[in-house]
Amino acid sequence: MHVPDGFLDVPTSIATGAIAVGAVGVALRRAEREIAETGPALPGLTAAFVFAAQMVNFPVGAGTSGHLLGGALAAVLVGPWTGMLVLTAVLLVQGLLFADGGLTALGTNVVNMAVVGVLVGYLVARLVLRWLPRRARSVVPAGAIGAFVSVPAAAMSFTVLYAIGGAVDIPLPRLAGAMLGWHLVIGVGEAAITAAVLSAVVATRPDLIYLARHLPAEARAGEPAVAPGPTVKVRTGARPLAIGSVVTLVVAGGLSLFASADPDGLEYVGEAMGFGTAARDSAAATSPLADYALSGVADPWLSGSAAGVIGVLVTVALGLAAAALVVRLRGRRVRPEPSGVG
Amino acid sequence: MPGHDAPTDGLLVVVDSPVHRLPAQTKVVAVVAVVAVVVLTPRGAWWVLAAQGALVALTATVARLPVRLVLRRLLVEAPFVVFAVLMPFVAEGPRVQVGPFSLSHAGLIGGGTVLVKATIGVLAAVVLAATTGPRELLAGLERLRLPAVLVAILSFMLRYVGVIADELHRVRVAREARGGGQGDRAGLAAVAGGVGTRFVRTYERGERVQQAMLARGYTGRMPALGRGGATTAQWALALVLPTAALMVLLVGLAMTVPR
Repeated sequence: MHVPDGFLDVPTSIATGAIAVGAVGVALRRAEREIAETGPALPGLTAAFVFAAQMVNFPVGAGTSGHLLGGALAAVLVGPWTGMLVLTAVLLVQGLLFADGGLTALGTNVVNMAVVGVLVGYLVARLVLRWLPRRARSVVPAGAIGAFVSVPAAAMSFTVLYAIGGAVDIPLPRLAGAMLGWHLVIGVGEAAITAAVLSAVVATRPDLIYLARHLPAEARAGEPAVAPGPTVKVRTGARPLAIGSVVTLVVAGGLSLFASADPDGLEYVGEAMGFGTAARDSAAATSPLADYALSGVADPWLSGSAAGVIGVLVTVALGLAAAALVVRLRGRRVRPEPSGVG
Repeated sequence: MPGHDAPTDGLLVVVDSPVHRLPAQTKVVAVVAVVAVVVLTPRGAWWVLAAQGALVALTATVARLPVRLVLRRLLVEAPFVVFAVLMPFVAEGPRVQVGPFSLSHAGLIGGGTVLVKATIGVLAAVVLAATTGPRELLAGLERLRLPAVLVAILSFMLRYVGVIADELHRVRVAREARGGGQGDRAGLAAVAGGVGTRFVRTYERGERVQQAMLARGYTGRMPALGRGGATTAQWALALVLPTAALMVLLVGLAMTVPR
């Protein structure tokens, strides 16, 4: 979803830049107390985490993998205002160092992903949390629904901006339908990944989750706090979600298959792009470079542009069907499941 | 630990050139300005765009960047190409027949223009990243009055992103060595478990870093990153590129409008 240069006209870019500056200013003020308390290291490391997590390829089945956008996840983990700063930092680095997202479109990208994505994700998650049992584990479905909604919300925000200052006249209903349809599909993947990551954090350190701070940690009789390996719970919920998204993907034309089916393939592209080979440090021969490079490649492959392309092929009906599927599956997941991990 | 800043060195092309020597803040302003000029260029003004692209490419040459490396980094744009190619099919307006396809004329012009503009934008950003180390870039952003908190967040992010990416990579290697996670049943759960655990570790590391900073007398203000400011001559040199691009645009407009 990283908008490149030249996609929106200059007045719109300036306007979104102003909105972004204002929103980040508000976020800075609101997060001030938190950051004064925790220091800049914590949000900085969270930004590094989101950036690095965007490079991780999550298998969603059928040889396809997706990656995280992270807005809703960051908001649930560190709160909406700090989350907004974290995503802004990520977008700044991507735009300035990785040419991912245009520099004149930086304001647009911040508005879509750091402001709309984070705030919508957080508000939806909080709203959903109200309806769920008061315990830490409830943030998993809440965060998943927040993540699911945040992606099409950001896409809609983009559509609105495009309607105001798009470079080429595309029939608006068609653009809106395509963006919404495709991003509902992406939202399913985002929800699955967010839920999976959150449930792993809930299992080890629920106190770290901003959204769950006021909730009592789950105390189930006779079960000691689980250390690593908390992942089995994830499977039952995430698996059908993954299947649903893959089916939709295949129906939509299977285009995403070429995107990042093979992590090693992507790693290879990263090397090929020269990010991996330039360093001379002895330690640099290992992974960080290779992985680092992925963000430059992997990110746009799945996020923005491929999304737009396939979006034209996906109908709204298809997207809504996927959404209905998700809602149904998630209803099933909210029920407590026996945990089989030790 | 060695190699903390190695990943970001990987983006910087370590040669000496006039472009490398410019202070980062001048380069950031110049790149944003030149991209803004390119975006301002009306659609279909092909030779203006070509001249602007040539100017940016010339800058890459002055910066002594290897052509193949620049071309490979331009691949970031690849998925967007597909989007632009699709525009003629969906845009409105009169249609032209090209082979078996009925294409929108406005979509052809617009899609092509967007593609060229985005390419020039990516090229400019590639030159910036290849000639400016991340630490210099941060100092430049600080000099450009980016809020101090944001600069601090960015500096910690850039410092630790390599470490965290490395850890995530090790988790993946460990998982795969044990036969886990190739898109099979446990794949998503295993990968997500690794990432979730990584967040916990990241958070705890952040707490430790904060403790260490407090122990060393951190009072809530980071020391300034920047060395001296840029001289007028440096600003002038950096702004040659956007100025030239603007001149090309003005000449182009002057030649087309009266007719």
